[in-house]
Parts: sequence; C-alpha cells; structure tokens
Amino acid sequence: MSRKEILAWAAGACVLLGLALLPRWLEDDYYLSLLISILMYCVLATSWALFSGPTRYVSLATVAFFGLGAYVTAVFGEQLPWAAVLAIAAGAGLAVALVVGLSTLRLSGVYFVIFSFGLAELVKQLVTWWEVNVTKDLGRYVFVDITQLDIYWQLLALLALVLGLRALVHRSRLGLALRVIGEDETVAKHVGINTTHAKVLLFTASAVFMTVTGAIMAPRWTYIDPSIAFAPVISFQTLIMALLGGAGALLGPVLGAVPLVLLFEYLGAHFPNHFSILLGLVFIVIVYFVPQGLSGWITRFSRRKKGRP
Amino acid sequence: MTAAHTCTLLSVRSATRRFGGLVAVNQLSFDLYPGEVVGLLGPNGSGKTTAMNLISGALPAHGGQILFNGQPIHALKSHQIARLGIARTFQLVRVLGPLSCQDNVIAGMAFKPRPLFGKAAAARAQELLQRVGLERHAALPAGELTYIDQKRLELARALALEPRLLLLDEWLAGLNPTELQQGIALIRQLQGSGLTILMVEHVMDAVHALCSRCVVMHAGTRIAEGATAQVLRDPEVVRAYLGGEEDDSREAAHA
Repeated sequence: MSRKEILAWAAGACVLLGLALLPRWLEDDYYLSLLISILMYCVLATSWALFSGPTRYVSLATVAFFGLGAYVTAVFGEQLPWAAVLAIAAGAGLAVALVVGLSTLRLSGVYFVIFSFGLAELVKQLVTWWEVNVTKDLGRYVFVDITQLDIYWQLLALLALVLGLRALVHRSRLGLALRVIGEDETVAKHVGINTTHAKVLLFTASAVFMTVTGAIMAPRWTYIDPSIAFAPVISFQTLIMALLGGAGALLGPVLGAVPLVLLFEYLGAHFPNHFSILLGLVFIVIVYFVPQGLSGWITRFSRRKKGRP
Repeated sequence: MTAAHTCTLLSVRSATRRFGGLVAVNQLSFDLYPGEVVGLLGPNGSGKTTAMNLISGALPAHGGQILFNGQPIHALKSHQIARLGIARTFQLVRVLGPLSCQDNVIAGMAFKPRPLFGKAAAARAQELLQRVGLERHAALPAGELTYIDQKRLELARALALEPRLLLLDEWLAGLNPTELQQGIALIRQLQGSGLTILMVEHVMDAVHALCSRCVVMHAGTRIAEGATAQVLRDPEVVRAYLGGEEDDSREAAHA
C-alpha cells in the first residue's frame, strides 16, 4: 500500500468516527431522521455502483432487494434476535441475487434494464399475492426493539463496509475484470475473463448490501405493505444519485446522495402535491447537464487547474 | 490419434457455421503446425472472420470439430480458449478506450492461467508496449491513440496473454508503407520467438513476405490450400478473386 492510500484509509476512519459520534450533538430528532435517510441512500447508491459502476449494467432492481430485506425484518423481527434477522436478510438477498444473476446476466444493455425493473415488480406482486391469499392481511406491523440511533449506527457501519469493499475490489484483479467487462465484453472474454462469474459475484455482493439496508430500515416505518417496501421510486432515486455523483468514482454515489436526499426532502416538505413532477424534472436536469457525474466534473476541473487539457 | 494429429497445433475439421439460411463457414478444414505463419485468404464475405470467430470461441460452431493441441475446443467458451493459449486481434480494432495503454496490456495478462498483476504486470506491460513501439504512451487513455497505434496496442494485449497461437484479423490493413515494413518485421520477430500465427490478410505483400502456407476461402468453403506462391497462382483462387468485386480483382492482380 502506498503512503497516499494509507492516508486515505486513515482519513476515512476519522470521518467514520466523527459521524458515529455526531448524534451526541444533535438536539432535534428531525436531524437524526434526515441523517438516516441520507445514510440509507448513500449505502444503496454505493452498493448499486459496486456492480453497476464498473460494468455499466444499469439495474433497476434495487428495491427488489431492499423490500425483501424489509420483509425479512417484518416477518422475523419479533421472534428472533436482531443479528439473526440481519443474517437471514443477507442470506435471502444472496440466494435471490444468485438465482437472478445466473439466469439473467447474459442479458445486456437495455434488456437488462427492463429485466431488472420487471424483477422488482415481480417480487412486489408475489409478496402481495402471498399476503392477500395466505396471510389474508396486506399490511404488517414491525415491532422491533431498535431505536433511531441504532439504525443510524448500523447504516453507518454498512456504508463503511460497502465503501471499503469497493475500494478493495477496485484495486484487485476482479476490479480490472469488471472495468474491462464494462468497456467491451467481447474483449473481456478474449483475455480470459470468466465474465459470468465476475458479474454474478459483484451483483450478489451488491444485492446483499441492499437487502441488509432494507432490513435495517424496516423498524423505522412501524407499518409496511408491498407498495411501501417495494416502491419503484427507491430504485430510480438510487440510480439518479449514483449517476449525479458519478458511478465510476469511489465516493461518487455519496456525493450524489447527500444533496439529492436534502433536495427531495425539501421538495417533499414544501410541494407535497407536485413531488413526482419535480422529481422527474430533477432526473431530466441531471441526465442532461451532468452526464459524467459530479466526480467527473471535479476531475476535469482539477485537471484544468493543473494546466492539462 | 495418429502421429500427424499430435504434432498439429490447431486442427480445424469440417467446421460449419450458419447465419439463418446463409452458410458462412461450410465444412472448413485445415491444420496449423507449431511455429508456422499461415495466411487465411479470400474475397470479402468469404467467411474468414467467421472462421476466426469459431476458433476463438466468439461464435459457437454448428458442426465439425476444432482441436487445439489435440484437445477439442469447439464447445469451450472464449475465456477458456484464451486461457489455453489462443489470443487474437479484431478486424475492427477493440481497445478499452478510457483505460490507459498500460492497463489495456495488463488486462491481457491478469487473467491467464498464471496471472500477472500489480508491479510485475506493470513492468511486463512496459516491455510489451516497447515491443510494439508505444512505450511513450503508457499512461495515455487508449481511446486517444491514433487508429494505427490502437492496432499496435491490441497486438500488445494479445501478446500479454503469452499465447501459443495468435490470430491476426487484418492487423496490417491501413498501414502506410513504412508502418507496413515495421509491422512485417514485428510479426517475423514473433514467429522467431516460436509463436504460431494465423492471419487473415488482404495486403498481399505481407502475405508473400510472411506466410509459408495459405488457406483460401470462397463463399464459406476452402478452395485451395498449400504453399503461398503456388496457391496464389491456382486458377480457382484467381477466379474467386476476379469474380468478386473490383477491389478484389486488383488485389489478385497485385498478387
């Protein structure tokens, strides 16, 4: 490891510690709840970019895994210890992602996008069907002994984990394999990369983080039903945050998630009736004006400052 | 298996590939022996690139067998074939645009059976870039290279795999006379190091200079095979070229 990298890891650890202690100085619960929203989307967008950043496979399946995790908490939260609930969520995410990954990662481009969106809807409809026909009750109450502060710390730990994993993957052979796949899958195969393995591995890792995020977030709602847990807008917001920040850069998704959660919070509070329209506008503006992401802007800007074109 | 088969490096036996009703490669058979440079010739659309794709696994064959070193490879996937030691370049050059030239070459060596990665890979990549004349561009994104330099980079990436067989798909096309001489010298040097090369090529000067043998295809089938000078005088080969487009007839006349 170079000196620069050691410094980066140390700086990361300091920021993490600072964030962990931050709630001590928060007097208003509103701010803690806002921080939780920010962290949730930081984790989701970074997990999304873990797979989609280098491979450029645009996935809209985020909420399929997120909702799955939320339901694991709703179903097992009362009977089992919390650690077991999280473990079950991770296992469920792993199993579903493996099945989905192995059967669909042969698709590419727009077909994969459509499929991933369909997957989220399919899971939602399946859960709805089950609740209506088997449990005879569409909604569920989530009674778990987890405080807001617990949620905050767990999300923070999860964010640290997924960022650390992304940094490690990026400098490994696997990271190179994914970047080659993202550029040209034919070339990837012809230099000896088992593209299916690499893609399924990362898709699964990314899905596990999303599922655990859903499990951690569920207690915050106290009541969930399929349209809350599997709301497609979660997938879209995750995607647009990663794109705004730049999915290729390590901190890109965080860079995109923080301002957008604040913006959506503001829009939701002040224009509750027009939220969807404004959300759409924000999407258009981002795709149109920041196609490279903020991290791309910053890189170009700093290059120009150094006098390079 | 007979003795003749065990010393062939690559053996294509009745390989067939269809696209809908079109038979792009029809019962194609030929052998390559270790250390040879063999030309795969034919007019445009005669199935040469498809044949290359069958060997490298980019396309599955619909019939026939392909043996590499005595081992059947026609049912293997591209990445498995690459790891066995067959590397290729592409007719339409494929470099990894945003990655640096050095990373493009490292991509070639990081996934072979005995992978190189990290510092050792960087040093080896620099050697290979030097070999193709790109040592000054190591840090440059591959997409910013000229077309010719991208071709050189692609060759360096193929060599990074340390292949036993190299497939060159019109690698010399589009070079100016000086570059062509450099290119020919480079391929000769590769042959000197023991590499076996199968090249699809339209530049007849290069074919004459490099290939001891040629296989000629027309409309998916093999119409001639043998020593280069002899094959190019073959009446059927001349007819295939003359019967083609104007472009092809000029090539044949030049041949």
